[in-house]
Amino acid sequence: MSGGSGSPAADDKTPVGPIGSGLPRHLRRLEAETIAILREVAAEFRNPVLMYSIGKDSGVLVHLARKAFYPARLPMPLLHVDTTWKFREMIAFRDNLAREFDLDLIVHTNQEGVARGINPIASGSALHTSVMKTEALKQALDKAGFDAAIGGARRDEEKSRAKERVFSLRGADHGWEPRRQRPELWRLYNTRLAPGETMRVFPLSNWTELDIWEYIEAENIPLVPLYLAKLRPVVRRGGVWIMVDDHRLPLEPGETPEMRMVRFRTLGCYPLTGAVESDAATVSAIVSELRDSRVSERQGRLIDSDETASMERKKREGYF
Amino acid sequence: MPHDRGEGAAATPDKTLLRFLTCGSVDDGKSTLIGRLLFEADVIMGDQLETLKVDSRRFGTTGGDIDFSLLLDGLEDERHQRITIDVAYRFFSTERRSFIIADTPGHEQYTRNMAIGASTADAAVLLIDARKGLLPQTRRHSLICSLFGVRHVVLAVNKLDLMGFDRGVFDAITAEYAKFAADLKFASLTMIPLSARFGDNLTAPSEQTPWYQGPSLLAHLENIEVEDASADGQFRFPVQWVSRPNSDFRGFAGTVAAGSIAVGDPIVAMGSARPSRVKEIVTFDGPLPRASAGDAVTLTLEDEIDVSRGDLLVDPAAPAEFADQFEANVVWMREDPLVPGRSYWLKLGTRTVSATVTGLKHRIDIESGAHVAARTLAINEIGVCNVATSVPLAFDPYAKSRDTGGFILIDRLTLDTAGAGVIDFALRRATNIHWHQSTVTPVQRAELKGHQPAVLWFTGLSGAGKSTIANILEQRLLALGCHTMLLDGDNVRHGLNRDLGFTDTDRVENIRRVGEVARLLGDGGLIAVCAFISPFRADRQMARDIAVPHAFLEVFIDTPIDECIRRDPKGLYAKAQSGEIPNFTGIDSAYEAPENPDIRLTTVGHDAVALADQLIEELRRRGILG
Ligand SMILES: Nc1nc2c(ncn2[C@@H]2O[C@H](COP(=O)(O)OP(=O)(O)O)[C@@H](O)[C@H]2O)c(=O)[nH]1
Repeated sequence: MSGGSGSPAADDKTPVGPIGSGLPRHLRRLEAETIAILREVAAEFRNPVLMYSIGKDSGVLVHLARKAFYPARLPMPLLHVDTTWKFREMIAFRDNLAREFDLDLIVHTNQEGVARGINPIASGSALHTSVMKTEALKQALDKAGFDAAIGGARRDEEKSRAKERVFSLRGADHGWEPRRQRPELWRLYNTRLAPGETMRVFPLSNWTELDIWEYIEAENIPLVPLYLAKLRPVVRRGGVWIMVDDHRLPLEPGETPEMRMVRFRTLGCYPLTGAVESDAATVSAIVSELRDSRVSERQGRLIDSDETASMERKKREGYF
Repeated sequence: MPHDRGEGAAATPDKTLLRFLTCGSVDDGKSTLIGRLLFEADVIMGDQLETLKVDSRRFGTTGGDIDFSLLLDGLEDERHQRITIDVAYRFFSTERRSFIIADTPGHEQYTRNMAIGASTADAAVLLIDARKGLLPQTRRHSLICSLFGVRHVVLAVNKLDLMGFDRGVFDAITAEYAKFAADLKFASLTMIPLSARFGDNLTAPSEQTPWYQGPSLLAHLENIEVEDASADGQFRFPVQWVSRPNSDFRGFAGTVAAGSIAVGDPIVAMGSARPSRVKEIVTFDGPLPRASAGDAVTLTLEDEIDVSRGDLLVDPAAPAEFADQFEANVVWMREDPLVPGRSYWLKLGTRTVSATVTGLKHRIDIESGAHVAARTLAINEIGVCNVATSVPLAFDPYAKSRDTGGFILIDRLTLDTAGAGVIDFALRRATNIHWHQSTVTPVQRAELKGHQPAVLWFTGLSGAGKSTIANILEQRLLALGCHTMLLDGDNVRHGLNRDLGFTDTDRVENIRRVGEVARLLGDGGLIAVCAFISPFRADRQMARDIAVPHAFLEVFIDTPIDECIRRDPKGLYAKAQSGEIPNFTGIDSAYEAPENPDIRLTTVGHDAVALADQLIEELRRRGILG
């Protein structure tokens, strides 16, 4: 496990003083809020699960969950929906993390989708996302009967998220109905479910991208190396750099991979995730680069550039 | 500009977080103001700015200029209607401070949204259109802020450009507002002349208002004191989760709601008589000597006292209120009106109990503050109510502590959050009820019996095997010389509870009465065996609460519904499935299985006698049988 950050086991053995000591006060407040939400989930749901996407936000979430339940183990498993098109480094990182932190990890792939030969290149991003992500997630949740699924989404990610609840109610078939969302006052969350309903919980709702990075830096949270700039083989497509992670990426006529210093601001399926050119090879370099940045985080995600309100639609269909 | 791009909002160790809400009537310029704050604080990225320029040309209201209000609308439908219909949260930060804005709409009908935003806000920015002056909505917004404990108010007198930045206009509005707000007990009130559209006094002093010496809006927001008011208060710790990783560790996880606590300090759980002391304040980052309001920690105690989720730990010298009746201001949030007498779930801190609004004293006209007689509360109305809970509840007046004085009401059928309340004061203190002390004590009665009193609470679906196992158990106990009493649906519903049916409200009352009887049997030194479907978790919790101080064992008779339907000993499932019996548990009424029963008995493939023996063993292990 690398990534310019400490080894994950290190912070277990070396307690670093009082809670979030050295953390700025605004991060301490966010940290405490997230811990309280995670504990509420453990206390109020029968069978919760933590959706682990391997990205930086779910990394922060896992770190905070370890804090929330310490000295106990996480009272919930991690679930990773594997589309089979994730970067290879992501998969290696995931397995390593689960081992080092003694986490229960469930990996689910939509086998039916694999059998149908769905992939992001030939099938297109919309179909691939719908079958291998949205459908796959529903399958995995239904199979184990999870009643609460914790995710790392933040309100600052995208306009339509600004109104998302921390506890987001999902009806039958995981659908999100704007009208049924519950008011949230104080730190009081209504966690009750009728038969067939489930809850999505977003404990990082009030964090911004900058908060996340500052926290990763302050807490030395392990990170997939893809977030840090490095020379990587890439091709230019749709205004972003796409990494040639394995032989499955068909090159278009005239395309030849070139080596560029790039890093990723979000991680997904490699053919759908654009890299940005950057020299930021450490977390602190990213933090300062981010403070100067003029491009929003989701820009690298090809799936969103279709329409402004596409996130909204995906949510109704049950994507995350 | 709050800071130069590039130097960045470097996080300093004392960078703080301020949560504020914005309120104003439609078109007062709220969206423009927020959009511009975000823009000036560099939260708007280059690609978003491009989209914004395109959108401004298509939907904008500002001629050729950028329309900052378009940055805010989120939900697709609202965008077309060009209105905001819910609370949205926005984020920006400067070097000194990180901000979370609760953006609440100005529509008359959306009182509830303001209450939501106000419940977590340290400050409120109230927008006024300088051309219109104070409106009824301004008063409404101010009252809600005051009621929900927003301490700092900023009156932003906007669109002053349209009034030629006239000092007289500003002075007249602010004088009128200051008079109105005098009764509202805000910790601070600041009034700022603004033009959101052109940025005057937004992030820097404006040349257009040389007569104004105060800070710009942003400078003021950066300097409002966020002294966590609750940090100085009395210690309050709602137990959220009991941590038992192994038999040596028993910790109580939660967030300090008010005050602070140090290792060695005495604590007691409200409602219990046994105090203890804090042994350790455990965190992932190492033990702490002290924890204060806002810290999420895990406490271990010197003594093995009975504490579980929902308990409130306090300093024995500064207890909270403990009562089953209180007066509260309730804001209603559901289309179905609040009806006194109806039963709701009430969640306060980490505790959920069943509660009834026993009386609606009056509705508050939130434009005038006047008290109006009312029989129900409609959506977006606020009323003063008497609330009764099924068991005594630990709380504080809201003015003293937000986290232990605010509650939500949950509709029992739809499970929607139906209302929110802030507690004024306790009506009948549980501590004021003096029990008639009999001279023979429960301990003496128990000693005579040769075993400990206990309540064994069997729960499970109809046909799961509750009565069968309970009967065998009672025979066994009798043979061992124990003193027992069996309570089940039949012997209770025909007498004590014959006035009750099967509606949710009646089911609750049924369990409450049985719980009380079981407790009295325990006081008499008996082992009370109770066999009831008791489908709702909260009701079983209620029975457990009532049984204190006796041992209470929740015995889950775990039989899958399919198996119960197959057994159908009384032919009830057949009837329920044909619609002859409505509200039948497992068919058209929910069964909430226990999450952590004290004992779980799986009946499929097991013999009832063996299961009863298993229970006897468990009673021995727990020291109830000698
Ligand atoms: N002249 C002037 N117009 C303003 C000012 N603030 C907002 N507006 C305009 O007032 C209209 C309503 O503003 P908007 O921000 O959408 O109001 P909201 O409904 O309170 O969010 C828009 O056309 C704005 O451009 C101001 O300070 N001066």
